[in-house]
Amino acid sequence: MTQTRLPAESEKTAHIRIALNGEEVDVSFAPYKTLLEILREDLGHTGTKHGCELGECGACAVILDGEPVLSCLVLALECDGRNVITIEGLASNGELHPIQEAFANLGGSQCGYCTPGMILTAKALLDRTPHPSHDQIREALSGNLCRCTGYLQIFDSVEAAIAQISERKRTGELK
Amino acid sequence: MANNQDLPKRASRSSKAAGEDLRVIGSSRQRVDVRGKVTGQTIYADDISLPRMAYCKILRSPHPHAVIRNIDVSRAQAHPGVYLVLTGKDLPIEYGILPVSQDETALCVDRVRHVGDPVAAVIAREELTAFEALDLIDVEYEILPTISDPEEALATPEPRLHDYGEEGNIHKRVSFEFGDVDKGFAEADEILEDLFFYQGSTHLAMEQHASVAIKDREGKLTLWTSTQVPHYLHRSLAKVLELPAGHIRVIATPNGGGFGGKSDPLNHEIIVCKAALLLGRPVKISLTREEVFYCHRGRHPVLMKFKVGVKKDGTIKALDLQTLIDGGGYGSFGVASTFYTGALQTTAYHVERFKFRACRTFTNKPPCGPKRGHGTPQPRFGQEVQMDKIAERLGIDPAELRLRTAVKPNELTANFLQLGTVGLEQCIRRVVDMSGWKDKFRKLPEGRGVGLACSCYLTGAGLSIYWNKMPHSGIQLKLDRSGGVTLQAGTTEIGQGSDDVLAAIVAEILGLQTVDIRVYSGDTDLGPVDLGSYSSRVTLMAGNAAVQAAERAKAMLAEAVAEKLQVPKERLRFADNAVFDTAAPEKRVTFPEAVCLGESRFGTIGTVGSYWPPKMPAAQYKGGGVGTSPTYTYSAAVAEVEVNPATGWIRVVKIWNTHDLGRALNPTIALGQVEGSIYMGLGEALMEEQEFRRLPKKLSHALVHKFPSILEYKSPTSLDMPEIFTEFVEGPDPRGPFGAKEVGQGPLLPIMPAVANAVYDAVGVRIDEVPITPEKILKALAEKRAGREPRYGPTHFPEISWPEALRVPPPWEGGDGRAINETPKERKPRVEKEAVLKP
Amino acid sequence: MMRLPLFEFRMPRTGEEVARILDGEGSNAMVLAGGTDLLPNMKRRQQVPRTLISLRHVEGLSGAQLDHGSARLGPCLTLTEIARDARFRNGCSALSQAASLVATPHIRNVATLGGNICLDTRCAYYDQNYEWRKAINFCKKKDGEICWVATGSPKCMAVSSTDTAPALIALGASVRLRSRSEERDIPLADLYNNDGMNYLTRRPNEILTEIRLGSLHGWKSTYWKLRRRGSFDFPVLSVAAAVRLSKGGVVEEARIVLGAVASRPLVATEAAKFLVGRPLDRESIEQAGTLTAKLAKPLDNTDFDMSWRKKVAAEFVNYALRELRGDDMRAQRLEVTRYLPDVNAD
Ligand SMILES: Cc1cc2nc3c(=O)[nH]c(=O)nc-3n(C[C@H](O)[C@H](O)[C@H](O)COP(=O)(O)OP(=O)(O)OC[C@H]3O[C@@H](n4cnc5c(N)ncnc54)[C@H](O)[C@@H]3O)c2cc1C
Ligand code: SF4
Ligand code: FES
Ligand code: FES
Repeated sequence: MTQTRLPAESEKTAHIRIALNGEEVDVSFAPYKTLLEILREDLGHTGTKHGCELGECGACAVILDGEPVLSCLVLALECDGRNVITIEGLASNGELHPIQEAFANLGGSQCGYCTPGMILTAKALLDRTPHPSHDQIREALSGNLCRCTGYLQIFDSVEAAIAQISERKRTGELK
Repeated sequence: MANNQDLPKRASRSSKAAGEDLRVIGSSRQRVDVRGKVTGQTIYADDISLPRMAYCKILRSPHPHAVIRNIDVSRAQAHPGVYLVLTGKDLPIEYGILPVSQDETALCVDRVRHVGDPVAAVIAREELTAFEALDLIDVEYEILPTISDPEEALATPEPRLHDYGEEGNIHKRVSFEFGDVDKGFAEADEILEDLFFYQGSTHLAMEQHASVAIKDREGKLTLWTSTQVPHYLHRSLAKVLELPAGHIRVIATPNGGGFGGKSDPLNHEIIVCKAALLLGRPVKISLTREEVFYCHRGRHPVLMKFKVGVKKDGTIKALDLQTLIDGGGYGSFGVASTFYTGALQTTAYHVERFKFRACRTFTNKPPCGPKRGHGTPQPRFGQEVQMDKIAERLGIDPAELRLRTAVKPNELTANFLQLGTVGLEQCIRRVVDMSGWKDKFRKLPEGRGVGLACSCYLTGAGLSIYWNKMPHSGIQLKLDRSGGVTLQAGTTEIGQGSDDVLAAIVAEILGLQTVDIRVYSGDTDLGPVDLGSYSSRVTLMAGNAAVQAAERAKAMLAEAVAEKLQVPKERLRFADNAVFDTAAPEKRVTFPEAVCLGESRFGTIGTVGSYWPPKMPAAQYKGGGVGTSPTYTYSAAVAEVEVNPATGWIRVVKIWNTHDLGRALNPTIALGQVEGSIYMGLGEALMEEQEFRRLPKKLSHALVHKFPSILEYKSPTSLDMPEIFTEFVEGPDPRGPFGAKEVGQGPLLPIMPAVANAVYDAVGVRIDEVPITPEKILKALAEKRAGREPRYGPTHFPEISWPEALRVPPPWEGGDGRAINETPKERKPRVEKEAVLKP
Repeated sequence: MMRLPLFEFRMPRTGEEVARILDGEGSNAMVLAGGTDLLPNMKRRQQVPRTLISLRHVEGLSGAQLDHGSARLGPCLTLTEIARDARFRNGCSALSQAASLVATPHIRNVATLGGNICLDTRCAYYDQNYEWRKAINFCKKKDGEICWVATGSPKCMAVSSTDTAPALIALGASVRLRSRSEERDIPLADLYNNDGMNYLTRRPNEILTEIRLGSLHGWKSTYWKLRRRGSFDFPVLSVAAAVRLSKGGVVEEARIVLGAVASRPLVATEAAKFLVGRPLDRESIEQAGTLTAKLAKPLDNTDFDMSWRKKVAAEFVNYALRELRGDDMRAQRLEVTRYLPDVNAD
């Protein structure tokens, strides 16, 4: 392998500031790391999972500036000043987000490994399109593999969340 | 919390046990472990990070078969940031999941047997450093000839991959004859001979294996790891590390999917333990997806030859099955898998006489082992497609043929398997109704078709992997004055919902909610032994142990409460977090009060429960233990497909399925298990392949996994799922806790043959192998157009020198379960060597 | 976990700065757009640039200007932006469809048009981890001597797997390349070589700064992609077609481009010429299909059997042309894409 030795990997020579789940945080890290790695290793947010690190599974999905992206394919160095939402940021004041609630109630999560990526992807969809069709849901989640559920209970969960979110928005519980 | 919501429209339950007042069992509810999963709080093995933790990477063999001449680790050892380099001589003791095949070492000592075999391990401060240092290890190999498939293995006795096994590169051969099949064929009206091939596939759990080991503050070893079998791993660690088992703690972290892929003790788990012991600091390994493909232990590729003789009315007079199995480089569960390629061919349809011969070979590929359905989906595929062919030959509707031949409840099969409740007939009738089978079969327009298939599966293997008389599952309960209940179990939560099932059983018996039960599972220090999350055994076995532990606690509380309330204890009911007199419900104490009363009366309340499978005296012949189970489940499925005759492109549009599961303890979870099984079945039916590639021999000796990535190993996406309609056929089985049987594996089995049969209905070609791809369909269509046999599939089965068959007359021919040609010495059943069993 | 190798990171603000860095570093530096191709390749050590030049903050590379007669697209436009933009859906449906069929929704959110055009060629012997490639003693494209797909071949046969390039070529696109010293416009078709290693005519010191489309007045276009699953997978065959029809339905101009069956998108000139002056009836469509499929020489280095990929090429041309003629092809779309792609509409 041809590899010129550049800054030593253990040195946390890179620094960025991001808004992580609504909170401004500064983080120092080794510059070769992706967003996935700094979330899990430098920021202690292990809720973001990984199943390939090559963009092929969707387990590492987070919401970056409002869009679901694969954190394994985003350089941390490119995240300075940006807004990141991870699974840890969904529940508020100890209350589950309606999407989390629906996944919990309707079998949307079995082993749970794809769940953070699924839920965040679903959230980004519903933020943009509050009343998606069944096909839009299938399409929006088509970049998140799940080996356990066969997806159908995940669709159930997203569909149930749509109604819950409207309801909670109506009552002002959810912004 | 939603406790009783209905199942979605696409699912239903065909019968509920009436007259029971169950509060928790049988209703849909949030599973106990789900909050952690939807919030990201669940700690999987790779989420563990400890102070001073070092990272391990493994150098793997680039050669499919070679002798290791020399390893020089000095350059790697000197690399900045590297703490330790291990090689085979540091871990020379052999281990393996089965006592009969202790053929692995954690790092190869002098021989590598497939690309990806572990050769050395680097432990460093950073994972990247460890990875880079791998390139600094110099290994001298002496290349050996390679074997890429079973036929080649039969033809290449030398060099042997292992110096044990039958002979040459044959790992295991078995041969049985239950009744004189030749006589059966002579009495048959029709004889069909078919060849089938079932491609290998892998589990592809979303979580890549990870482990963290530490030498703890008492100097003992703790390992957190994504394993389905903490107990068996515990035993292997004790053996390889030469430590007292009592000084090793294995904690199975929640698995991000298992499917059988985490049910062997795996080399990386042993390596990090050794490294942690040597370094005195935590050591983590987190496998890459490629490495997970090298761990494998997935579905064996199997070539099958089915010869069946039937009467005009469908009666199966004789079945002669031969299987040739591609085992990969090591034993793994392979001996058990070998038996499983035939053991359940008598448990769905009544087979009067059965001959079964199986042969597993070693090849230079990652070892195969147990994947969802372990060893049985392959012959199930063959049998179900053949049933479709028989039906056509006899002019009987395939559903009708199956109804005529379906086994009966409590039947003792030709190979002496004792069945329990059997819901097969109802499964078939219901799936026929639901799918509109009668209006569709052979009636849909060209390019559209339906196919039907059924299946049968175990609810827990009847024998342990190693011979012993101890229970298969244990449960420990501790009741606290506060009313809290702690359940400790050796079971592993792999996503199947085992924590929830155990909590539900205890909650139901003690009149609580599942949230009131705290479950500690998968920890060999905290919980009593459970053999592991494999062979669909946990709900039934650990569940029954939980019933026993809870009933014991309940009895103690009842006695104390009865005394306090001055009512006969038989009249007490535990419900709604209270204990009350059924005759005068106002006479009651709360559950915490009940515990205090119990504690005052008996001292600390702790109970245990154990489960032993029923003694299976029926099968006395050698090997007869494989296939035994406390009870069996049944499934039926109809697939509707669309096939484009111009391209062969296939799309599964709908699946209807019914599953006889005894009782759905939590219908939401049960539905998830069914739909997940169907998903995985569709993957195997249509696209999943663990395939290998050999480079031109003149230029290279490479024999590599074709594409070990999650992109090119095709697992269906959300857009590839058809509509699915499910019905649970419920009829409580007294052998299961609250009547429950298995639901996590059986529903996978009929999917592949149902799709194959549907393709035939759609375009009139037989695809006698999986996966069923557009290429194969188009080739078969070309054959059809050319007037040749409209079929794609294997065309020959090699000659195998079979040992003399063990001859066991079936029950209806006066057999007593013994082989008539087995010498008394050999007849001694279940010595350690034969005690092989299954995930 | 797969880790990136170490690299030096640059985040310039202007195109000029990019050009200057490229000029200095030559092929040691690579441009990072969305990174969805480059970063996995780096993790697998297929590409190990010493310097990464991020385009994230470079001015003027995003956005799309559509005038009546023409369009100018920034290379950093994401595929999601393209797929969501109604202007593309109507004006150049082939591009819109191609963009919406790339990879997965998540990847499209960061993947750029420029990155897609410059996407590295793919091969089953090359898109593998370092350890795997070591097990075959590497191949010509990276670290090795032999091409394992065609062992006698003097050149690499890795497959052009970009979805948008065939569509853009069918739409008559050209691209602007900029180096420190010069700026040049070339037809997109000329950006590609039929060589898996030197697959671009882009010089190492050039960056792609603009994609231009001429007037598409009167044109209709479409894109059909073959892949195993409904998502994730790269194309293993694709057909982009565009036609201008007379009022009477006679073809006045046509372009047909095949993707993923060679090291570059293949322009089916003969088939297009054949169509001119003919109505899109069954015969002419079939003939065009046969003529186009003749060009396809798929090899055994992607998913699916190569002979099957060749066999279905004509069928896919057929779908495309029938759709352009106005046939309702939704059933076929559903069959191959598993959903009807207008779900990207907001
Ligand atoms: C799982 C998976 C599936 C995929 N499926 C598909 C698919 O179906 N179809 C498909 O087409 N692609 C697919 N891709 C590849 C990739 O995601 C897309 O091609 C994407 O559009 C690349 O764009 P990018 O901005 O991410 O490129 P980058 O990775 O940033 O760059 C790709 C290449 O282009 C060069 N480059 C980028 N911008 C410029 C510029 N302005 N000037 C000069 N050079 C430049 C880079 O140096 C690099 O060599 C897939 C990728 C993954 C991981
Ligand atoms: S086509 Fe040949 S040289 Fe090119 S990447 Fe594939 S194997 Fe390597
Ligand atoms: S980890 Fe698989 S897509 Fe990022
Ligand atoms: S729940 Fe296990 S992978 Fe989706």
